[in-house]
Amino acid sequence: MIVPLMHLLILASILFSLGLICVLIWRSNVIMLLIGIEIMLNAAMLTFVAGSNQWGQPDGQVFALMIMAMTSAEVSLALALVVYLHRRKKTVDVDEFRELKDQ
Amino acid sequence: MEQTLFYILATVTVIATLFAISEKHPVHAIVYLVTSFFALAIVFYLLAAPLIAMFEMIIYAGAVMVLFLFVIMMLDLGSPEDAKRPSLMHCLPALVLSGIILASLALLVSTRSATIATATHVVGVKEFCVALFGRYGVAIEIISMQLLFAVVGALYLGRRRKS
Repeated sequence: MIVPLMHLLILASILFSLGLICVLIWRSNVIMLLIGIEIMLNAAMLTFVAGSNQWGQPDGQVFALMIMAMTSAEVSLALALVVYLHRRKKTVDVDEFRELKDQ
Repeated sequence: MEQTLFYILATVTVIATLFAISEKHPVHAIVYLVTSFFALAIVFYLLAAPLIAMFEMIIYAGAVMVLFLFVIMMLDLGSPEDAKRPSLMHCLPALVLSGIILASLALLVSTRSATIATATHVVGVKEFCVALFGRYGVAIEIISMQLLFAVVGALYLGRRRKS
């Protein structure tokens, strides 16, 4: 362990709060909202890897890998949704997207 | 040496993320975020997780961010001069929630009990792979099915409609 676990947890929670701020304030742009989700998932991955290093168990790294696979699935679906909705409404404002159904 | 490197990389990560979330232009935000992910990948390497560090670089900074850039350029969102800045009303819940997180963190730091005993042995790549494909083999199958469903869903959403 190169640094105490507490410092890693501090870094992870700062990153998580930054991602949360990004998600909550960028309601006018759905791309920035997805970026905020990426930042929060990275903070979670940092916590898993730090715990794996602290206790010498490989499980934390396995879960970090699963978060990564989950993120790539989520991003591909979310960006396909963004392309679809932009084709219909010509905007990326989240407040404009209230229904998926064609009227 | 490693400690100094860690603190430098942590500072780079936080500052790059700060720039990324305050940037109005999505392409600039993506580039700042790639910087942040590279720094975080080296932090993972310092934490004795070389495979996770490589995957962070290849999948996050490589694939996911390029996918974002691709969608931004395809939808022509690269000129956001008419995009509106978030107002103070929108910032208020974000500031309150992050204040709660940081206050609980400060409470945790100030009332910390004795330090936890650190494990002596380091997780190697071999041990990681044995755990991944042995104990978590079913989870790998489920993850692959999830990726397949994501592909099918993306193809369904992205298809051209006739009208």
